[in-house]
Amino acid sequence: MRDLLTIENLRTHFFAPEGTIKAVDGVSLRVREGETVCIVGESGCGKSITALSVMGLAAGSSGKVVGGRIEFDGRNLLELDKNELRTLRGHEIAMIFQEPMSSLNPVLPVGEQIMEPLIEHLKLGKKAARARAIELIAQVGIARPEQIANAYPHELSGGMLQRIMIAAAISCSPKLLIADEPTTALDVTIQAQILDMLRRFKAESNMSILLITHDLGVVAEMADYVVVMYAGKVVEEGEVTELFSHPKHPYTKGLLRSKPILNHRQDELYAIPGQVPNPLELTVSCYFHDRCGQCMDVCRSREPRLREAGERHRVACWLYEEAVAYV
Amino acid sequence: MSAISGGLPAADTPIARKESVRTSLWALALRRLLQNKLAMAGGIVVALMFAICFIGPLFSPYTDNKIHMALMNKPPNWKHWLGTDALGRDVLTRVMQAGRISLTVGLASMVLSVFLGSLLGAIAGYYRGIADQIIMRIGDLLLTVPSLPLLFILGALLSEWKVPPEDRMYIVMLLLSFVNWPGIARMVRGEVLSLREREFMQAATVLGLSARRKLFRHLLPNLVPLLIVIASLNIGGAVLSESVLSFFGLGVMPPTPTWGNMIDAANNLIDFQQRPWLWIPPGFCIFATVIAVNLFGDGLRDVLDPKQKR
Repeated sequence: MRDLLTIENLRTHFFAPEGTIKAVDGVSLRVREGETVCIVGESGCGKSITALSVMGLAAGSSGKVVGGRIEFDGRNLLELDKNELRTLRGHEIAMIFQEPMSSLNPVLPVGEQIMEPLIEHLKLGKKAARARAIELIAQVGIARPEQIANAYPHELSGGMLQRIMIAAAISCSPKLLIADEPTTALDVTIQAQILDMLRRFKAESNMSILLITHDLGVVAEMADYVVVMYAGKVVEEGEVTELFSHPKHPYTKGLLRSKPILNHRQDELYAIPGQVPNPLELTVSCYFHDRCGQCMDVCRSREPRLREAGERHRVACWLYEEAVAYV
Repeated sequence: MSAISGGLPAADTPIARKESVRTSLWALALRRLLQNKLAMAGGIVVALMFAICFIGPLFSPYTDNKIHMALMNKPPNWKHWLGTDALGRDVLTRVMQAGRISLTVGLASMVLSVFLGSLLGAIAGYYRGIADQIIMRIGDLLLTVPSLPLLFILGALLSEWKVPPEDRMYIVMLLLSFVNWPGIARMVRGEVLSLREREFMQAATVLGLSARRKLFRHLLPNLVPLLIVIASLNIGGAVLSESVLSFFGLGVMPPTPTWGNMIDAANNLIDFQQRPWLWIPPGFCIFATVIAVNLFGDGLRDVLDPKQKR
C-alpha cells in the first residue's frame, strides 16, 4: 500500500498572552491508501488540532504551524498557496465534524449544501449537481431523498444531518476523509449505522480515513492502525489488534482498563487518576509522569523517544528503554 | 455505488413528513409576525400611508400648485377637506404630495444606507485586517460627529452652492445615507464577526468553497433577517431626519412640498394659533409614519433576530 498522508514532526503552537501552548508538538503519523488510522486521546491532547493542521485550518489569529511536514499524495500541504489548498479541500481531502447540527448552514436547504462542492470542484451544472446530490442522499441511507434535499437542517434529526454531512464530504470522492469525532454527538444506535456506512464507503472507493475519537469502542470497530496521543505528543502507536492485545504505555493500558466491558459488572470503573497537565506548565519530562503508576526518576526529568516495540508498534516510555539502565 | 444503498439500514423517519408543516424559516417567521397585532397594525398604517400618498393625488382636482388669492387660508370645508394655505392651495393635496417626497426620501436613503452599511460592514467583518481598520475608523469618525449639526453644515453648504431645488431631494437622500451607514456597518460587522466563526462556515471552508461563495451563499442569507430589521427601523429615522432638515429650510425647498417644510411654512404665531389645519396634518403624518414603521420594525425584529428569540 502506498502512503497517502505523511505527517512528519508536526508542531502546531498557539500563542496566548500567558505563553506558548504547544498543542501539537512533534507528531508524526502515516495514513496509507485505503487504511483507517485512528487518533485516540483525551480532550485537549491535540488530536483535533492535528487534523485541522492537515486541512490548513489550524493557522488562525493565534495559532501557527511552526514546524514539520505534511505530505499528501506527493505534495507538501504546508507549502501550497491558499488557492491550491482550497481546490484540495472537499475534493481530495474531506472532513466531517462532531456536531452535525451546527455544521450545516441553517438557512440553506441541505440538498444545496451537498451540491456546492460538486459545482465548485467537479464543475457540474446546477441540474446535474442536484441529481447527484439526491443520489448521494439516497446512498447515505435516507429515504425519500427528493423531499429531504429541500429540507432545512432544523427539520432533520442529528443522525440524518450527520449522514448529510457525510454525503457532502464524499460527494467528490475524496482520497482521504478526516472524521473528527463523527459519532460523539449521536446516540448509540445511530453511531453504529454511521460507522458502518463509513466502512462501506471506504471499502467501496479505496478511501483512507483519519478518524479522531476518544471512544475505544469506535477504534476497535474501525481502525487498522491506532495512534495514541497525550499532551500534544504520540505516546504509542500500532496495529489495532496488536495495540489492544499488548498495550505497552501505561496511558494506553489505563485507557483500555477504563473502558466498560459488556456483561462484566464492576463496582467501580477504573479511571486514570489526575488530569491532563496544563499545557503552559510543561517541563522536559514524560508528560504522563504525575498520573503514572510506574513513574521512575528519569520520567520526571527526561523525555522518552518513540521507539520500536514490535512489528509496526512503537511506544514512548522509559519502561521500555534499555538505555534506562545507564541513566 | 448502488450496491451500498441496498445494504444500508433504513434511516430514521424524517420529521418533515407532514406536508402542512414543511416550512422554511421564512414561513415560520411570517406566521409569527401575523400573530403580532401591534406590528401588523403598524404595517397596515405604513401600507395605507404609502397608498394614500401615491394614489391619492390622482383623484385630487387641485394638483396644479396654482396660487388662488381668493381661497387664501380657508378652514376645512367640503371643497377643501383640510382647508387651504396662505397661497390658496389645497392642504390635503399638498400633504399627499409631500408624503410622496418624504416617503421616497425615507425609503431611498434607507436602501442606500443599508446597502452601503451592510456592504462595508460585511467586508470589514469578513476580511478583517487593514480593510476593517480603514472602514471602521472612517465610520467611527462619522459617528463621533453628532449627525444633526453635520447635516446642518452640509445643508447650509447646499444653499451656498445654489443647488437647484428640484435636485435637493436627491442630495438629501445622499446626505442621510452618508450619516447613517456607520451605525449599520457596525451592527453588520458584529454579526459577521460572530457568523464567520460558526461551525458551518468552517464546514464550508473544509468543502473547499471559494471566498465569494462563502460570503454570498453562506454568510449573506444569514444576515438577511438583521438587514430587514435594520432597514425597517431606518425608514422611520430617515423620514424624521428629512422632516427636521426641511423644517430648518436645509432640506427640500418649497414649492416642492414635504411634511417638514409644510410645518415650517406654518411656523408663526398666527398660523400656529388660528390655522391649525396648516400644521396638524403634516405633523400627524410624520408622527403616524414613524410610530407605525417602528412598531412594524420591532415586530420584525421579534420574529427575525436570532438573538431576541423567546
